[in-house]
Amino acid sequence: MVRFENVWLKYRRADTAADAAMPGIINDVSFEIEDGGFRWLIGASGAGKTSLLKLMYLAEHPSRGRIDILGTQAARISRREMAMLRRRIGVVYQDFRLLGHLSAYDNVALPMRLARKPEVQIRADVSELMRWVGLSEKLDRRPAELSGGEQQRIGIARAVVGRPKLLLADEPTGNLDDDQAERVMLLITALNRLGTTVVVATHNLGLVERYPAPRLEIAGGRLVADG
Amino acid sequence: MADRLLPMLVGAMSFLAVLAIAGTLAAAALAAEWQGDTGAALTVQVPDPTAPAVGGTRAAAVLAVLQAAPGVTAARQLSRTDIDALLKPWLGADAAQLALPVPAIITATWSGAGSIEGLRAALDEAAPGTLAETGARWAARVAALTASLQASAASVLVIVALVAAAVISIATRAGLAQGRDAITIIHGLGALDSDIADRFAIRATILAAIGAAFGAAFAVPVLLWLATLAQPFSGLAPQAAGPALPFILWAALPAVPLAAAAIGWVTTQFTVRGWLRRLA
Repeated sequence: MVRFENVWLKYRRADTAADAAMPGIINDVSFEIEDGGFRWLIGASGAGKTSLLKLMYLAEHPSRGRIDILGTQAARISRREMAMLRRRIGVVYQDFRLLGHLSAYDNVALPMRLARKPEVQIRADVSELMRWVGLSEKLDRRPAELSGGEQQRIGIARAVVGRPKLLLADEPTGNLDDDQAERVMLLITALNRLGTTVVVATHNLGLVERYPAPRLEIAGGRLVADG
Repeated sequence: MADRLLPMLVGAMSFLAVLAIAGTLAAAALAAEWQGDTGAALTVQVPDPTAPAVGGTRAAAVLAVLQAAPGVTAARQLSRTDIDALLKPWLGADAAQLALPVPAIITATWSGAGSIEGLRAALDEAAPGTLAETGARWAARVAALTASLQASAASVLVIVALVAAAVISIATRAGLAQGRDAITIIHGLGALDSDIADRFAIRATILAAIGAAFGAAFAVPVLLWLATLAQPFSGLAPQAAGPALPFILWAALPAVPLAAAAIGWVTTQFTVRGWLRRLA
């Protein structure tokens, strides 16, 4: 379950009453996503979609309000518990965020290695996923040797390899052609059917139409539609 | 860049640390020797030594009191030749011909038992105007000087350790800044603070230990050279194989890289964990 309760995010400290009154990046947002739910997160560029996702994957802490992720109140846990919680969240970044000095295989294997999974299991799971995203021939390539679409698929494979309980995707199909986008959406919906809670941020309304699901619509940092 | 600079700077700090440790040990050894010699010395001056007194001359009377006094041993009156030799640096070779009134000098060893004031009173009674001086005042000054030298050396060690920690911290911060993107990604994937801090700490520890080992090794020839210079003042007989460093210093040398490694580990852990705490 993901629950936001009157969440605010401001990058500037509210030192004065005037600062406190200024609108933030995220303003008084409340919503709840049930376990195994799927939500589209839609809104114009700069509306606050990425910031909302950052709050969900714990890269930002709210200025005010309460966030529960997978049943855990994020503000009340230790740094170790926070790391453990992050391991249960898969994130597909808009800008891929691959490690340039690692091969495609090692990038995908990274979450499993951090979780200290046995190398035999890592090899099996990573190989399977790389085949699924159509990059089994490019296991040894560095990100710089791959196209934008290929890097995006590596990023998606890395996000799902640990079978996360919560999958957050920021424009996951933005760099993919229609065929690849379709494959990625099939993978994401398959994971969702297996119980993973999924939030996909996109401004591609065509994609939203093809995969009907409840929407969180955000504008100016405020949630304007939920459902 | 940091990988090359860190061992060099830690090496330089370790070189200074070894010199400071050697200075502390040398000061302690010299102090023990000087305090032992100086503190036990008793010097008595008897003016007008040949004048008559009870039992013969004034000098003989004082010598008799000293020989009977508790805690005083090896009382011996310096000969005229000995006194002339002592005066020679100030009065020249023909001091004996100057017909100056020279007091008798009696040296003895003072164990510290009994009261020096009581002894002085007894000597003054035997030959009024007799002066008795122990080395206690000088020993106290030597002790104060030694304590100052050791405190200075300890301060140098603390400063060296702090500078080494600062160097390691700066190098770590440079590494963190350089790898910020990668660290942010790994952190976001659920790496523990200890996973990231340990990676940096292991590297810094190895580099600091290597640098310190070289620094300590480079200090050895310098110490041997200093030992050569100091040998005439040490009171030890020159050795055929050249100057030797005390065993405790040889034992302290391996401790320097170990201390540098410990500083490297602790500093890096603090630096990385603090940096990660600001990250999210």
